[in-house]
Amino acid sequence: MAERFDSVDEVVDRLRGADYLADASIAGVVFLADRLEKPVLVEGPAGVGKTELAKAIAEITGSRLIRLQCYEGLDESKALYEWNYKKQLLRIQADREHEGDWAEVESDIFSEPFLLTRPLLEAIRAEEPIVLLIDEVDRVEIETEALLLEVLSDFQVSIPELGTIIGKQRPIVILTSNNTRELSEALKRRCLFLHIDYPDIEREKDIVRVRVPEIDDALADQVAQVVRSIRALDLKKAPSISETIDWARTLLFLGRNEIDPAVIGETLHVLLKYQSDITKARKELGVDTGPTPTGVRR
Amino acid sequence: MQWAKLNDVMTRTNGPLISPPGDTLLDVLQGFVHELRAAGLPVSMTENLDAMRALEHVSIEDRQSFKSSLAATLVKHHQHAGAFDTVFDVYFSLIVPGIGGDGFGDDGTEAAESLESQIQGTGGSGGEGQVSAEELAEMLLSAMMSMDREQLRKIAAAAVARFAGMEPGRPVGGTYYLYRTLRQLDYDGLVAKMIARAQEVREPDEADDVDTLAERFQREEFEERLRVLRDLVESEIRRRLVADRGAEAMARTLRKPLPEDVDFMHASREEMLALQRAIYPLTRAMAARLAQRRKRRNRGHLDFRATVRHSLSYGGVPAEPKFRHPRPSRPEIMVVADISGSVASFARFTLQFVYAMAAQFSKVRSWVFIDGIDEVTRFFQESDEITEAVHRVNTEADVVWVDGHSDYGHAFEIFHQRHFAEITPKTSVILLGDARNNYHASESWVVEQLATRARHVYWLNPEPRGYWDSGDSIVSEYAKFCDGVFECRNLRQLERFVTDIVDG
Repeated sequence: MAERFDSVDEVVDRLRGADYLADASIAGVVFLADRLEKPVLVEGPAGVGKTELAKAIAEITGSRLIRLQCYEGLDESKALYEWNYKKQLLRIQADREHEGDWAEVESDIFSEPFLLTRPLLEAIRAEEPIVLLIDEVDRVEIETEALLLEVLSDFQVSIPELGTIIGKQRPIVILTSNNTRELSEALKRRCLFLHIDYPDIEREKDIVRVRVPEIDDALADQVAQVVRSIRALDLKKAPSISETIDWARTLLFLGRNEIDPAVIGETLHVLLKYQSDITKARKELGVDTGPTPTGVRR
Repeated sequence: MQWAKLNDVMTRTNGPLISPPGDTLLDVLQGFVHELRAAGLPVSMTENLDAMRALEHVSIEDRQSFKSSLAATLVKHHQHAGAFDTVFDVYFSLIVPGIGGDGFGDDGTEAAESLESQIQGTGGSGGEGQVSAEELAEMLLSAMMSMDREQLRKIAAAAVARFAGMEPGRPVGGTYYLYRTLRQLDYDGLVAKMIARAQEVREPDEADDVDTLAERFQREEFEERLRVLRDLVESEIRRRLVADRGAEAMARTLRKPLPEDVDFMHASREEMLALQRAIYPLTRAMAARLAQRRKRRNRGHLDFRATVRHSLSYGGVPAEPKFRHPRPSRPEIMVVADISGSVASFARFTLQFVYAMAAQFSKVRSWVFIDGIDEVTRFFQESDEITEAVHRVNTEADVVWVDGHSDYGHAFEIFHQRHFAEITPKTSVILLGDARNNYHASESWVVEQLATRARHVYWLNPEPRGYWDSGDSIVSEYAKFCDGVFECRNLRQLERFVTDIVDG
């Protein structure tokens, strides 16, 4: 069932085919996740391609992506399963005239047709190949994390009325976290750990070229240089890869083939989202010219 | 299987092995895990087993995959990655040549020699068949310009052999050798030289064309290359040290504290920078967590309207009571910090931390003192950036009264005179310092007075508990009036304290 990939190099090649440039450690962990049948916990700053990784894996393995977006207040009935109580009520009322046997009704309303599957249960019952993405897992409360443990370690769910449902396959499971809080040891123990950071200048350039194919080499080079320069500053929020790509697109859209201070000054708000960051970057890069762009005020 | 392959690799090499050649991969891995634990990384039994399973799927000779497999299974905190790298390099550099270090293996010395002979072959002159220092500098410069890694590696090896002056058994840390070598290579002047070189290459008529931006990018690129050089020199030194002292001894000396455990009072410059970077993400994460906790913690009063409205779906039976969201009062914070020499960095971090968390409090005011005291709240209000405000605190605050030696008594007395009336039952006062009072009067009655009025009075002391009340430290004189006195030597302890006061 497993063994979707033959080697780490194959992972790199195939991900590249899906326009995702993986470095050695990303590919290595994906390869291991497949072989060891373990979930991967991906951590890193916002916008470095954590979610994209899951999408790319789904694409190259020809799987369906099932996504559970975590948020504060997520609970069992939204992550795992819920009994469709309206339908259950209807069933009971429909039965009233027939004076049916209660035991029969009971076993009936707690059966599969009355079960509403939520992403996790859906993933477990899936027949076709899937990739399960549990996005921003650090947003749920620490108590709710426990709900994921059974799924992550054994890929099964226990429903009191139905018994244990065991997954028919072992899909690749990706969890992402922005690290707003420390995840529990229990969760971490069950996962392989992958930290994705901002890429180095070469990889960033490659990413820009892959994602914005119309861009020419020299401009991609300059884009990567400016972004590295800005990331080195002490900012509230450093530009992410997606913002780099947006910026490259903006430059193309404006018809610029070359970067000069004026252009940077005009378009800095695509890269940086805090006014104080923009001011600082302008000062540091010496691009004080140009009108004040309308950035988002803090 | 892999185990057999490793054994094979190990017996094939005649290099110095720290473990007898009969060891299996299992033993090697256990030794490694043991080292990781000794370095303070938590490695559980499951993770240990995962690592073993992982090694069945990666080739031992593929250093990159080998390392990333171990990292993915054994290290689950990003902050621990640095410690893992060091332990890995040291531990595996001898057991499996070619795996540890930066791919150096045991050919470091050979590389150095080959470099020397290469120079001689091209007619290089120098005393006793050696490359002269100037020639080495020239080779380094051209290798840096063309970014020829292989060449750089050889130069790094040669430079360490030549300049570090390493002697077997000498009890000196790797940093000493590192600085010695880098000084001889003119590490600090290298970027300037590279820029000059780059300008020579450029056509004269182009010269005017270079704007400041391009210059900046060029300098950054060169600085990046410089870091590569530094890493190469460092790993060469480490390789030699391991060969000299054995991996286990080395691992012990290389063990560095994790960022959250770095002692404020004894942090090196680099550790300070690391702390600085760690502080903002930490406070943001904390703010998010506290906001969540506060929302969920004890429910407010019964919301009658909502309960009745909700009861309609149960046929008018109020089956599920609804509650109002509580609006917890936010404490008001007053920070009074000693910023004299030894505790200055501690005060700086705490101020930074408290202001980064300012949204959690209804009001934050701060004072700094040495023997005089000055309110610095205005700096934080005026500037957008906390770091800038802290800088202004250090340079502009008027804190010296007589001689610039800490005088807690006088500072507290003035504080009492000027601001006692402003303390309300909602105020928490946080006093920061080591209470080393240079044998002045303690004036501890001020703290007693504060305690009667304020909601809480806390004292944070950056010294280890064992040093309290030794010499001129008079913590306990103040402590008897405080609601709590805490040892606060690192970020971890500071974070715990702030969490507690936000909860009130």
